[in-house]
Amino acid sequence: MKREFTCIVCPRGCRLVIDDDLNVTGNSCPRGKEYAISEVTHPVRTITSSVRVINREDIVVSVKTSLPVPKDMIFRVMDEINKIGVQAPCHIGQVIKKNVLDLGVDILITKNID
Amino acid sequence: METIDLLVIGGGSAGMAAAIQAKKEGIDRILILEKNEVLGGILNQCIHNGFGLTEFKEELTGPEYLSRFVQQVEDLKIPYKLNTLVTDISLDKVVTFTNASDGITHLQAKAIIMATGCYERGAGAIQIPGDRCAGIITAGTAQKYLNIHGYLCGKRIVILGSGDIGLIMARRLTLEGAKVICVSEIMPYSNGLNRNIAQCLDDYHIPLYLSRSVSQVIGKQRLEKVVLSAVDEKMKFIPGTEMEIECDTLILSVGLIPYLSLLNNIGCPISSTKGPLVNEHLETKIEGIFSCGNCLHVHDVVDFVTDEGRLAGHGAALYLQQLLPHDADIPVVAGEGISYVLPQSIKSDNREDVVLKFRVRKPIQDIYIIVENSGVLLSKTFKPVLIPSEMAMIKIKKEQMANLHDQVTVRLEKR
Repeated sequence: MKREFTCIVCPRGCRLVIDDDLNVTGNSCPRGKEYAISEVTHPVRTITSSVRVINREDIVVSVKTSLPVPKDMIFRVMDEINKIGVQAPCHIGQVIKKNVLDLGVDILITKNID
Repeated sequence: METIDLLVIGGGSAGMAAAIQAKKEGIDRILILEKNEVLGGILNQCIHNGFGLTEFKEELTGPEYLSRFVQQVEDLKIPYKLNTLVTDISLDKVVTFTNASDGITHLQAKAIIMATGCYERGAGAIQIPGDRCAGIITAGTAQKYLNIHGYLCGKRIVILGSGDIGLIMARRLTLEGAKVICVSEIMPYSNGLNRNIAQCLDDYHIPLYLSRSVSQVIGKQRLEKVVLSAVDEKMKFIPGTEMEIECDTLILSVGLIPYLSLLNNIGCPISSTKGPLVNEHLETKIEGIFSCGNCLHVHDVVDFVTDEGRLAGHGAALYLQQLLPHDADIPVVAGEGISYVLPQSIKSDNREDVVLKFRVRKPIQDIYIIVENSGVLLSKTFKPVLIPSEMAMIKIKKEQMANLHDQVTVRLEKR
């Protein structure tokens, strides 16, 4: 059986086709092939969100997962992210939670707040 | 009155790239004026990833992308003023700005780069029939509430318009616990990138209704319901197709308009993109005033905004060094199938490669992009697919433009 879906690796959005033997067509780059195989075997997404800044009023700071997480874990990871509060100042790349849900993925800050 | 070489209005992606480029090309007295409290413009609230694939060959979030340019501005010691609003520019480039510490100040600039970005079309612009209740906001406003301040704008949400910001917000609001009931698009195709339909809607099973728009909003104080109706080819509502949806918030993602009031005030000629007419160095029809980024034309990828900013910075540097081409303007015209093309003219004495940027009128497959100069072919490129939401680019080499005359046309030809 063939599966067809849109590549999300870059803004180009190629239409990928993959068959049961993991032969990929429609991709314009190697990353597209990699994505297609991952999407049918083990779909993952990077999550971007925000967390509270405890010592600032009316401000949240943006965060992301250090690696993509399994798609079916997205909402559970969001629950974990929503428990976090950080102190300013904080900076890009700062780890605010290590190995979330034992997925081997950290939560990193993506914005500098003085 | 203080005099400076180059004033950059707007400290977002375009403005920072322009200032950095001009500085690197030897322009010393530069000033960036930014109306917000931080540099970076709209990227401050675009916390999703996908930025920088062209520029840095890696995938960054908006704040990460912008921070790299803020760092360069700091490293190059380019002065900037925050919380500063430019209220007026004159034809002879006297700029009036105001902020809390300087008061109202006049400044003489030798060159100006407009990098003011764009604003969202709101409820007034699309004339939605029905009640005037709370709960109708633009996607960018909802994004700012959520990603900068941490407030969720509603719990049951309908999004009108499938532009990228609307799609991105559908996912973001879903992740934060809101129920996004559907996205409704008046056109028969989406105006967003395919990847965003895949990763923002399909991933979360959010339906996208095409050729459907909001025919009525209902609510006493807060929005209670919207009515979606199908539209015909003339965008008229088709009676009998109404769908009533209970919701507390309607988010509008219905288009962006270049922010140009400063240029309008001095009579700068405007194109069909609602941005100023520019030549290959992004100089407007007013000598020494350049334009780049979303105030020139609305972009879908920030990497291209950065690139365009650099081009304007380069143009301004050449202008200040009196090296800018200044012969006749050869018009560049959007032909068959093309909705607009930039730049709108090329100087006949231009000696640099030119990237023509354009969008197609509607989605189209198996097509040649033809660029010709009065019947002489300059470039012919095959594309399997072109869509209006994706800006297309064709580079024309400087050697090919040695004898430009009459006009350059960009058009599509079916294979």
